[in-house]
Amino acid sequence: MVQKNKGQQFILNLLFIILCLLCVLPFVLLISSSFTEEAALTQKGYWFWPWKVSMDAYKYLMNSGSQILTSYKITLLVTAIGTVSNIMLTVLFAYPLSRREMPARNFFAFFVFFTMLFNGGIIPAYMMYANFLHLKNTFWALIIPWKLLGAFNIIMMRSYFTASIPNELVEAARIDGAREYGILFRIMLPLSKPMLATIGLMTGLGFWNDWTNSIYFVTQKNLYSIQALLNDIMTNIQFLQNNTQMQQHANQMNLPSASVRMAIAVIGILPIFAIYPFVQKYFVKGIVVGGVKG
Amino acid sequence: MKKKKGGIKISQKIMAIEMLTMIAPGVIYLIINNYIPMAGIIIAFKKYNYQLGIFRSEWTGISNFTFLFKSSNMLTYIRNTLLYNIVFIVLGQVFAITTAILLNLVRSAGAKKVYQTLIIIPHLMSMVIVSYVVYGFLSVENGVFNKMIEATGGSPIMWYSVKKYWPFILTFVHLWKGFGYSSIVYYATVVGIDESQYEAAALDGAGPWKQTLYVTLPGLKHTAITLFLMSVGGIMYSDFGLFYQIPMHSSILASVTDTIDVYVFKAITQSNDIGRSSAIGFIQSVIGFLMVVGVNALVRKLDKDSALF
Repeated sequence: MVQKNKGQQFILNLLFIILCLLCVLPFVLLISSSFTEEAALTQKGYWFWPWKVSMDAYKYLMNSGSQILTSYKITLLVTAIGTVSNIMLTVLFAYPLSRREMPARNFFAFFVFFTMLFNGGIIPAYMMYANFLHLKNTFWALIIPWKLLGAFNIIMMRSYFTASIPNELVEAARIDGAREYGILFRIMLPLSKPMLATIGLMTGLGFWNDWTNSIYFVTQKNLYSIQALLNDIMTNIQFLQNNTQMQQHANQMNLPSASVRMAIAVIGILPIFAIYPFVQKYFVKGIVVGGVKG
Repeated sequence: MKKKKGGIKISQKIMAIEMLTMIAPGVIYLIINNYIPMAGIIIAFKKYNYQLGIFRSEWTGISNFTFLFKSSNMLTYIRNTLLYNIVFIVLGQVFAITTAILLNLVRSAGAKKVYQTLIIIPHLMSMVIVSYVVYGFLSVENGVFNKMIEATGGSPIMWYSVKKYWPFILTFVHLWKGFGYSSIVYYATVVGIDESQYEAAALDGAGPWKQTLYVTLPGLKHTAITLFLMSVGGIMYSDFGLFYQIPMHSSILASVTDTIDVYVFKAITQSNDIGRSSAIGFIQSVIGFLMVVGVNALVRKLDKDSALF
């Protein structure tokens, strides 16, 4: 279906350029505001370029930021530990499911799939984690509930093992005396790098962006991730706006100014923008594989 | 010969044991994280007692459910959840399919790639970040919109206090955040359609418009049904982040922005209203399950290949 018409191509590209701007400009607004001088910001408002460039917000963050450093550390640790554990559990589950020799293979495949069809909702799981396993206000509450292992990753990984790695390789390794763990870690994984990258990046992004586990399980500020900190700041601002009589207390609550808030949000998305251009092909691939396989 | 056979049997046993040890940690996690909570939905028929836990608390029959439907707010939450979902599913699919088809018509491969990369950026950001971005536009004192209104002589709008804007704002944010993702899912299918089908259609005299109508759209049926099945299973659930973060917990807006999930969150963390929230949670789980199984059975009857399972 080749389009020969130049005019049509022009309109088509124009349309997509507008769509892309719509997707990107809001973040430009965020970044630009963080570099705008506070006085100019309150007078002229948020805008897509700084009214008056100033690094004050970032200087303030550098000097006053023990909470921000703590939160950044929490986010980094949660992302690193969470992603590695998730991938580990995923491949350990996916490999046996991809082998015909696996005992009760169909049962375990259904055991995984059924978690996608039916779930008990948040309340029973919350009660178990909070009241029975006592995860409230612990570091592990940010990793374990709901996020450590999912059927989606297992199914994607298993399909890759079955479809992209020839069975003969595994058979040959077994004849040479290789054990199952050896086959998984020395043969399957090195050959699965593209899929590991795809799943790893998507899982990592999920941990980096997570704030729901924080608001369910964490009230101590020393366990706030960057996202939880941003959520907390916004909640306080809204609380003040909804309760005007509280506004004289605003200074006592020591809320960050408009540009500082935006600067915290910017350092929260900075790693995503820094890494994304180099790994975008894995994301696009992940969406394609994940979306179609369901 | 006999000895060798025995050796194979032993090594097969070891292989089986090794494989079972591999999945053991995952199985234990799924039992704790998924299967015990499935059994835990019986809490909806009990009077929850913190000392006794879910399984030993006292049974109360359906009193949680009767209590649930006596509160008029609950019907609002259910209405909001269903209506937003229906609008999101319909508009989301239309928007994604249109974008995918148009993207396929772009001739330059380089431009295509840039567009794909840029339209999924909103999908990569958390709802907290998106709420900051939206605040940048809607803030009463400093927001882009109010500054523009003031510049043209209008009077500023109290965005976070006026209900009538919010169905549109939430729909827009949802589409904006998600359309790139689903467009690319569809685009992958569009690219996979056999070129010879287009050639055959062209020979029959079909122009680009008719080719889209008779070749591309039918080719997308499969993917559309898969995505539709998945979203139907979630019809009683909502994107908690969207409804909780974007309106900034504004209580004035609650009747048009609160969904079942927002209510459940508030019930757990603020009002400690376990009875009613577990009853609505039970309804969510069961309806979600019945919808997927039911719609899947229907799809299987009409078109076997498109069914999910």
